[in-house]
Amino acid sequence: MARRGLPIEVRGLIKQYGATRAVDDLSFTVEPGKVTGFLGPNGAGKTTTLRSLLGLIRPTAGSATIGGQRYAELDSPLTTVGAALEANSFHPSRSGRAHLAIQAKAAGVPAARVDEVLLRVGLAEAGSRKVGGYSLGMRQRLGLAGALLGDPAVLVLDEPINGLDPEGIRWMRSFLKVLAEEGRTVLISSHLLSEVQQTVDELVIIAKGRLAYQGDLAGLAGETTVTVDAPRRAELQAALAPHATVQPLPNGLAVVGLDAEQVGAHAFAAGIPLSALATTASGLEDVFLSLVTGEHTTTATEGAGR
Amino acid sequence: MTLIRSISAESAKLFTLKTWWILLLVMVGYVGFTAALFAVIFSGLLGGVQPLEGAAAAQAVYSAGSTIGYAFPVLVGAFLVTAEFRHGTLTPTFLATPSRGAVLGAKAIVAALIGAVFGFGMLLASVLPGAAILGATGNETALGDSDVWALFARTVLAMAIWAVLGLGLGSVFRNQVIVIVVVLAFTQFLEPILRVVLSFTDVSASFGQFLPGAASDALVGSGFMSMMMTGGAGPAGLDWWQGGLVLAGIAAVLVLIGALTTWRRDVD
Repeated sequence: MARRGLPIEVRGLIKQYGATRAVDDLSFTVEPGKVTGFLGPNGAGKTTTLRSLLGLIRPTAGSATIGGQRYAELDSPLTTVGAALEANSFHPSRSGRAHLAIQAKAAGVPAARVDEVLLRVGLAEAGSRKVGGYSLGMRQRLGLAGALLGDPAVLVLDEPINGLDPEGIRWMRSFLKVLAEEGRTVLISSHLLSEVQQTVDELVIIAKGRLAYQGDLAGLAGETTVTVDAPRRAELQAALAPHATVQPLPNGLAVVGLDAEQVGAHAFAAGIPLSALATTASGLEDVFLSLVTGEHTTTATEGAGR
Repeated sequence: MTLIRSISAESAKLFTLKTWWILLLVMVGYVGFTAALFAVIFSGLLGGVQPLEGAAAAQAVYSAGSTIGYAFPVLVGAFLVTAEFRHGTLTPTFLATPSRGAVLGAKAIVAALIGAVFGFGMLLASVLPGAAILGATGNETALGDSDVWALFARTVLAMAIWAVLGLGLGSVFRNQVIVIVVVLAFTQFLEPILRVVLSFTDVSASFGQFLPGAASDALVGSGFMSMMMTGGAGPAGLDWWQGGLVLAGIAAVLVLIGALTTWRRDVD
């Protein structure tokens, strides 16, 4: 069933714990129909932000809304937003099915949904076993089943890929894509870019409680450096200097501002035969790391890819 | 609507765990044994002086449960909250029902109902063996006595209030182990000593009657401890309805403190 998702809007969110500011004037928007990754190192304020959005934490200032409403104002929270939080724990002596049945009763969701979602996350057989005997991967699936219980327009999942085995990761990735294709708003958090890189369409990166980047993956890609060398290195440097930033290296020249093809063309035009030509892209993970550690200031491309 | 759904979810939480019936079984065994022992003593089977006789003896036997067993409904009520903290299940609870007042209200109602169930359980455990022994030894069972049936009804009411009081304790302390220690230390040790010590002078006795256990005995209308202290004249001081109000007041204050502290906290 195609669902029309609702946007998540975080505006000027602040959460102060004593002297520390866990979330510091954070604003971003999450659109329906896409998988959005919410990234940042541990302690960056991801969980605090998500818990504020879900009405579990009272923000010091600002707002976090779903379709313009605070979580507590939603008429039917579980059928609007499905959430699975990392610390979302289960009583070990209850079965997965009993846990879901309790949630279904509390939310007024028909009891038949319990078996439907258990089937959908692949826990149909394990559902009647006690959660105490579940693996981390099974708990993640149970958390996801709980999030899906009300067939919600919005899904908020904290570290859903954490602890899954390779098969489970592949399953979760395709599952999240399907959910977004159904038109839902899907927000997943992670502290590793590589974990969600293949899953997300959009990124929100925070560091020290502040927004570090919002946009698509392509916008995050770092500058590429072309390494080039020629027996007549000085002449090559002179030929490239008007077109790009050129710096001498022990084994050649580092060129920023041109791609390899353009560097080759300039050298050819100047009649300089090359002895080496290579492209080094700084990896997404490097850019991500430099963003969140603050060693590298990249301007957040607001609304890129939209 | 939210409250009704929440009550349904809260009772499902209680009945999907074994805790409630383990506590119920232990209570029934403990109360049954004690009531049988009282009945044997009061029936004069052991010879010697019978401390209580007639209807008063029967009432003391039947109130064995409310005298010694009230810690069990308190614990069941407390576990409705402490189990959520222990296993971090307040997160899914508040996700499904963001109105925290509705969750607390539902828990209070479920606590009162399970407390009443414990009240029935302790009556069965004390009346069945107690009446059997008293009857078999030719003593009065007083089962046709309307006062005794009023005692039964007020026992159920008292245990319902005790369970709500336990919910309040659980909300104030949050930690399951601390609550167990506090409940056992207070009900089994501190309060009995206080009641005896405070009964030494008239002034202190007027404070002593506001202790929850004393108020509970007043509400039930009979209590082994009250009877021993007043020489078998029944609980002096508070009327049954006054005792009920005192006990309910203590429960309400504890739940209110929990509502204003624990229940308003961030869940992380």
